[in-house]
Amino acid sequence: MLDGILIGLGTAFSLTNLLMVIGGCLIGTFIGMLPGLGPMSIIAIMIPVAISIGDPSAALILLAGVYYGAIFGGSTSSILINAPGVASTVATSFDGYPMARQGKAGKALTVAAIASFCGGTIGAVLLMIFAPALATVALLFHSAEYFALMVVGLSAIAAFAGSGQVGKALLMTLLGLIMATVGEGALFNMPRFTMGIMDLQSGFGFITLAMAMFALPEAMYLILDPSRSNSGSGSGEIKDLRITREEARAIAPVIGRQSVQGFLIGVLPGAGATIASFLGYAVERNIASKAEQEQFGKGSVKGLAAPESANNAACTGSFVPLLTLGIPGSGTTAILLGALIALNVSPGPRLMVDEPQIFWAVIISMYLGNLILLILNLPLIPYIAKVLAVPRTYLIPFILFFTLMGAYIGQNNATELLILVGLGICATVLRFADYPLAPLLIGFILGSMLENNFARSMQLYDGLGFLLERPMTVGLLALAVLLVVLPSYRARRARLRAAGAADAD
Amino acid sequence: MALDRWIALVILMICLAYGYAAFFTMDAALPPFMKHNPIWPSTFPKILSVMAVLAALFVLLGFEKGAEDPKPMDINYRRLTDYKLGQALALLALMTAYALLLRPAGFLPATAGFLAAGACILGERKLHILLPVAALAAGVVWYLVQEVLGIFLSPWPALLTNGG
Repeated sequence: MLDGILIGLGTAFSLTNLLMVIGGCLIGTFIGMLPGLGPMSIIAIMIPVAISIGDPSAALILLAGVYYGAIFGGSTSSILINAPGVASTVATSFDGYPMARQGKAGKALTVAAIASFCGGTIGAVLLMIFAPALATVALLFHSAEYFALMVVGLSAIAAFAGSGQVGKALLMTLLGLIMATVGEGALFNMPRFTMGIMDLQSGFGFITLAMAMFALPEAMYLILDPSRSNSGSGSGEIKDLRITREEARAIAPVIGRQSVQGFLIGVLPGAGATIASFLGYAVERNIASKAEQEQFGKGSVKGLAAPESANNAACTGSFVPLLTLGIPGSGTTAILLGALIALNVSPGPRLMVDEPQIFWAVIISMYLGNLILLILNLPLIPYIAKVLAVPRTYLIPFILFFTLMGAYIGQNNATELLILVGLGICATVLRFADYPLAPLLIGFILGSMLENNFARSMQLYDGLGFLLERPMTVGLLALAVLLVVLPSYRARRARLRAAGAADAD
Repeated sequence: MALDRWIALVILMICLAYGYAAFFTMDAALPPFMKHNPIWPSTFPKILSVMAVLAALFVLLGFEKGAEDPKPMDINYRRLTDYKLGQALALLALMTAYALLLRPAGFLPATAGFLAAGACILGERKLHILLPVAALAAGVVWYLVQEVLGIFLSPWPALLTNGG
């Protein structure tokens, strides 16, 4: 591990990579602060830039910096104008915004920054411990286990992302897998489902799909509902960033607990930072004393520190399945996985062995990113917050333009822009009907890997024999079925019970 | 029928067409030597189509109840006319026009026009600020993409760059 850390330090501390971390954090903070733009949209917009850099370490460091920065920026807009830029900072606004209304905006931003820093740093330490161990175990896996593991990952994503509507999430995952089979794959070297259209010969572009699924619907929502881009109110003065010793003593155990809990939730495929932040808030509220419980929702520092440390630790945790197994734990890490594949890097257990400089540089850059966010952004927050004053008449055309440019630069093909608009309209309609979009993108990205491992297993065992002969594969596939069936069954039972109770009334 | 079930119906149709291609048309072009393989190009699509049809039917037949009310932060699609629907449609049309005009009109005029027209659709009327901002932004992005990232973007209309 020490060798790895030294390699990581050498790579992460190169001038280019340092600039990538700083640039990524600043860009992420700026854009993440804009209400309505989540980390997935921001990373999707930044991918063409990252890919054009060419160096996978630098690209991943830049994107990880943007990711952290976006989460940090989202907290700032939650606290200052009660408009969470990202879903994972909704819980931050429960106590952050009341604090700002009481004239303690500076204090709230400091608590959020410290909690984020600690959550991210503790998460990075845990990642450093867990990831190599998991990668060593994963090296024992064969293609059959990989196939089964990916099915488990996709099922877990469907189970969590569906939030009670597993059928819809599963349908989206399958639709993503279906989209991945369009075009000429490496496996069979023959075009499939292209309907004779030349532009579909190479399949759907990952960047186009990412933009269409996240950036464009987000922009459409901003256009349809102007209250979502509640700009213009962020120009107020932010003073007194200090916190007292008592407050520091009160939040320290909260940060410790929620960093570990958030990290573990982040490791689970599909759970992610949003669930971690809400669960963190709920747990801290439940274990607080009665007097403290009454303060929750009215400007409690504990209520602010809990989701902030949990969501940052979860972000770091979601890198564990990505870096060690090559399975994205969330929509954001799915986009990062797509970027890595575009850069000819295959994340998975071999990554640590074959390209340790990438693996360790990313981990080291996480420490750096957190530190930079703390020392750079805290004094700059009053100035950065001015971005909230950008009027929507300027903001929205620029978001749309960068979305279009992302797809255009990625493929250098104007037809891609038409595909983007078409898919973006479909994605917006899917959002209207509450269909989760992250499973579609994750299914699309994992599709070819899933098929490759399935085909390899079929060839090795001359058919479906691997399903019977490899107990771990069978166990994993059974787990996948349970992950899909159980939440659906529970939701149905809860509904029936609720209906029964209503009838009894 | 609720929107989510209409969508499930559309997806079901797509999956049936996909499944038809996988089961009945794809393997016709398969070379004879591949027919001895345990896996064909259609194997995985066949499995996916069956699973997707079942999942679509599950949603379509309403085995899983959707949320009765829209979430507080989301848009109620049943009352779309209460929102800025006209602006959204106009901007979608503008994006389509940008896609079609980007090459023939050149990056700089198309982008400056897109940004200025987009802002106008959203209600911006201070043209003395808007036009220089749009032109400057187009120029800066072109410079960054062309010079820093090294990706070729034709700045002027094809008519001018091709010598008329």
